Amino acid sequence: MKAFTALLSRDMRLAFRAGGGASLAAAFFALVSALVPFGVGADLALLGRIAGGVLWVSAALAALLSLDRLFQADFEDGSLDVLALSPLSLEAASAAKILAHWITTGLPLVVLSPVLGLLLNLPPPAFGALVGSLLIGTPALSAVGAIGAALTLSIRRGGLILALIVLPLITPALIFGAGAVSGVFDETGRGAFLFLAAFSVAAVALSPFASAAGVRLNVGG
Amino acid sequence: MVMITALANPKRFLDFSRTVLPWTCAAAVILLGVGLYWSLFATPPDYQQGQSVKIMFVHVPAAWMGIFIYGVMAGASLVGLVFRHPLADVAAKSAAPLGAAFTALALLTGSLWGRPMWGTYWQWGDARLVSELILLFIYLGYIALWNAIDDPVRAARAAAVLALVGAADVPVIHFSVDWWNTLHQPASILRLGGPTIDKSFLTPLLIMIVGYTFLFLWLWLLRMQTEILERRARSLMMARGA
Repeated sequence: MKAFTALLSRDMRLAFRAGGGASLAAAFFALVSALVPFGVGADLALLGRIAGGVLWVSAALAALLSLDRLFQADFEDGSLDVLALSPLSLEAASAAKILAHWITTGLPLVVLSPVLGLLLNLPPPAFGALVGSLLIGTPALSAVGAIGAALTLSIRRGGLILALIVLPLITPALIFGAGAVSGVFDETGRGAFLFLAAFSVAAVALSPFASAAGVRLNVGG
Repeated sequence: MVMITALANPKRFLDFSRTVLPWTCAAAVILLGVGLYWSLFATPPDYQQGQSVKIMFVHVPAAWMGIFIYGVMAGASLVGLVFRHPLADVAAKSAAPLGAAFTALALLTGSLWGRPMWGTYWQWGDARLVSELILLFIYLGYIALWNAIDDPVRAARAAAVLALVGAADVPVIHFSVDWWNTLHQPASILRLGGPTIDKSFLTPLLIMIVGYTFLFLWLWLLRMQTEILERRARSLMMARGA
């Protein structure tokens, strides 16, 4: 447990101090959301209707941003080999990295989302669903993303392949997340919320094992 | 099982596939020939859809093959990952582009069918077609991952992990798209290959499905052979160079 928290705090410190991890993803999230009105027009009624989906899509894209460095930086400087040799299992190490990625990337998106909801004229009753669905759903983005990051860690400029691998796999999170926001006015929102939670729990529970398998095949042997 | 372990030897596999290859090819040609004639000329036009219903005979088998081949790929990946056997890796690698091709074919024929049925080439209201689109992207990611990693052993293992993660996720994706579809479904929609199929359509459809399966088996064995020979040529060249 001590090793787990040590790795967690190290990864968080690295993300905050080098490369401005947290603010970068949040800025990207805000920028993509702010560009949408330029694309679809300033019709407030239309923006209000699509706000939930737009914010969820930009959140998914923003979560991808820093993923390619999740394991790659440690792979390049050799600390991943040290991690593999340490008594902390690679599964636990992957879980710590997923948690660190979520705290530095997912959580800022959740905090920022109500402001962007205002910007896109999201209907007031949907704000709770937006924040709640992002809070529950972004861990799934980090978890599934970590699998892609582990599998592509040896590929130079693997960011594009990472996106190609991860985005189709997180479709359910996107569907249920956006569904939870747009469903606040009828009874479908609750179902979407529960399905999103189920997907997220399953992803977070299973991802460390798949990610560790991905890391293991790349270090040693 | 005994047969599979015996075939795990690449040399024996090559001998086996060389003898089986012409037969699968012949079976595919005969079945597809009979199936195509039967389905295109010997079945009556649908009372509602007219002749365009006959797209079903090329669409439904392709859609089915897209899913079936993913299952084959995931199975081979599991064997490759657990038993570390190179032939299983070759099998999974060779199946992927075929699966992607059949899936793309299903999407193409589906949208061509959609034009007379829905009035548009693409209808987000058809959950099965939308799921096939996501499946195509998963295939493309899998192929891209294979191509991006130089070391074949590592590439095989990484791709196998991805195939298994995808196998766990594909049913969830289909479910979520289905759920989403019931939410946004337009007022009236004819679903491709609806639940009730007339008996006069069923036999040619089944023949087409078996024909597509043999076509896949033929191309799959051929690709596996090529891959094994390619690897052998590469290692011979490396040995000469060293």
